[in-house]
Amino acid sequence: MRDVAVVGFAQRQMPEFDGSPTCVELLVPLLAECYEQTGWTRRDVGFWCSGSSDYLAGRSFSFVQAVDAIGVIPPVNESHVEMDLAWAMYEAWLKIQTGEVDTALVYAFGKSSAGVLRRSLSLQLEPYTMTPLWPDTVSLAALQARVGIDAGVWDEAAMAEVANRSLTDAEKNEHSIRKGGSSVEELLARPMYADPLRKHDCSPVTDGAAALVLAAGDRARDVRERPAWISGLSHFIDPMSMGTRDLTRSPSTARAAADVDLSGVEVAELHAPFSHQELILRRELGLADDVRVNPSGGALTSNPMFSGGGIRIGEAAARIWSGEIERAVGHATSGPALQQNLLCVLGSTTEGARN
Amino acid sequence: MTRSLSAPVTVAFDYTRSTGPVLGRFLTGLRDGRVIGGRTSEGKVVVPPPEFDPVTHDPVAEFVEVAPTGTVASWTWVPEPVKDQPFDRPFAFVLVTLDGADVPMLHALDVSSVGEVSTGMRVQVRWAEERVGSITDIACFEPATDGGFETGASAPSSTIDPVTGVIVPVSLDYLYAASPEESAFYRGLNEGRIVGQRCPTCQKVYVPPRSACPTDGTPTAEEVEVSQTGTITTFCIVNVPFLGQKITPPYVSAYVLLDGADIAVLHLILGVPAAEVRMGMRVKAVWKPREEWTYSLENIDHFEPTGDPDADYDAYKHHL
Repeated sequence: MRDVAVVGFAQRQMPEFDGSPTCVELLVPLLAECYEQTGWTRRDVGFWCSGSSDYLAGRSFSFVQAVDAIGVIPPVNESHVEMDLAWAMYEAWLKIQTGEVDTALVYAFGKSSAGVLRRSLSLQLEPYTMTPLWPDTVSLAALQARVGIDAGVWDEAAMAEVANRSLTDAEKNEHSIRKGGSSVEELLARPMYADPLRKHDCSPVTDGAAALVLAAGDRARDVRERPAWISGLSHFIDPMSMGTRDLTRSPSTARAAADVDLSGVEVAELHAPFSHQELILRRELGLADDVRVNPSGGALTSNPMFSGGGIRIGEAAARIWSGEIERAVGHATSGPALQQNLLCVLGSTTEGARN
Repeated sequence: MTRSLSAPVTVAFDYTRSTGPVLGRFLTGLRDGRVIGGRTSEGKVVVPPPEFDPVTHDPVAEFVEVAPTGTVASWTWVPEPVKDQPFDRPFAFVLVTLDGADVPMLHALDVSSVGEVSTGMRVQVRWAEERVGSITDIACFEPATDGGFETGASAPSSTIDPVTGVIVPVSLDYLYAASPEESAFYRGLNEGRIVGQRCPTCQKVYVPPRSACPTDGTPTAEEVEVSQTGTITTFCIVNVPFLGQKITPPYVSAYVLLDGADIAVLHLILGVPAAEVRMGMRVKAVWKPREEWTYSLENIDHFEPTGDPDADYDAYKHHL
């Protein structure tokens, strides 16, 4: 296996983007930031991959329009996933492993506010027995939260603790769109929304985009003194049906965790769009008590569709570049109620990589 | 004023799907007023039946009828229903384990307040008045009024007139925004002008404008008004009717390269017999009456010949 590192990261997040859902005008400055961080031009990028969905954009071929932001003469080596940035990164990592390219830039974008996000996401469900009922994302997460509360696996106070810590940490993150911690008591005094979820238990509808830059071996060392080396990358999927899996657990997260080495991880950036989902992920990952979870504020404070997962990896990488930590894990999820889960373990050295 | 123009748009499509033998058996049951589950290799009865066994991955072939009554395994309150959900007033989504089934299924529960739903409560199917072989043949669940349904009867895998397909209408509403550059283009049209953007790197002028030059990725910075006269670079004579067609065939659809622009716009050519339209023909924009103008390229009704001599091929060969 080749040593591959995250060497660039840029993000934009906002409650409502005043622009087109192809987000070209959002992507251009974002890519410019990546060029500035790496000292590259677009011709130094061996492979491009983007993540987006036309269901979010409300138009066809939005990802083709977005390619305008790259500039494609001479032609570029380019791909697309209808998944989060983290999965676009996975494809790019594989591409680098094939030896065909040494560098990649992946980006993702989504204007969630153009439609009714929690409704649009019904289209990712089983189309015969679920979509015709239009079960919205918030309702499905709330059904999951109730199962855990009824089973005594977590309670509303534990959920509020997650929200309070996230809102407090978000105060230090300029990109978070919801911030300001108070106390567990104050949060629990707020009204129910989708019982048993209060609004602070649900990530805010967020528009935005993000980009990650990957490079192999010396190409990575050329860019940064402390590249964030990818020592493990794994993803698994659980059944889509809400009835056939134990909603208090996440077998796909556990399987991904078994595939990577989480020892020595100091920071875990977990993509938990609902507060109780962080509790599920922490349990499945078996994180030690001193691991800092979501120092960025996490998805509860800002969760742009299609980049919210990849941003977790970028946030983790940035703390390695700066010398603050040696090892971190970034997590991304997709699908209803934590159906799909990806883990990316990053370290300041190439040691521990499964070569 | 916001930076960009926007307008509501609805994207809709009726998805037609074949069901296959397992979901077809389930949906046929619903049409006939019965709830059919599938038995997995572990002996569990699952509703709706999975098409393939989660352990052996073999097709699920054993069907079991379960009761239309069951127990709430989880619930949530939907205070602000979205379009096409089972109710347009607050209701509960529930996971219900039907009597005779081993795992719960998702559906709606009709109660009028959050205080009327709880985990463990007994509920029953309320059938839709008209059943067609769809998950919505179960209109919803409602609090149970009686008990006593026999369960566990094995259900035949073949049925009379089985359901083999479903139609799932999907309709999504958006507020679609134009980019700032496109917004300038549409604002220009509303004033009778055609506005493009010039790429500062390669100097190409895009009409309609784009936020970044697709050739080199540079943001297009400079707004440029282009001429209302141009050259037909290529065209086709439309003889075939199609869904949504606004003009009666035959008519000529052409790429018009406006003077000062580097990308041609597609528009309608009138004022000349179709057989006389040719590459290089010089044409000009014919606008609708001013009172009909809006933020649309349709403000230009069509293009018609200017009567000037044709442009040389060399003048537009790089724009084909």
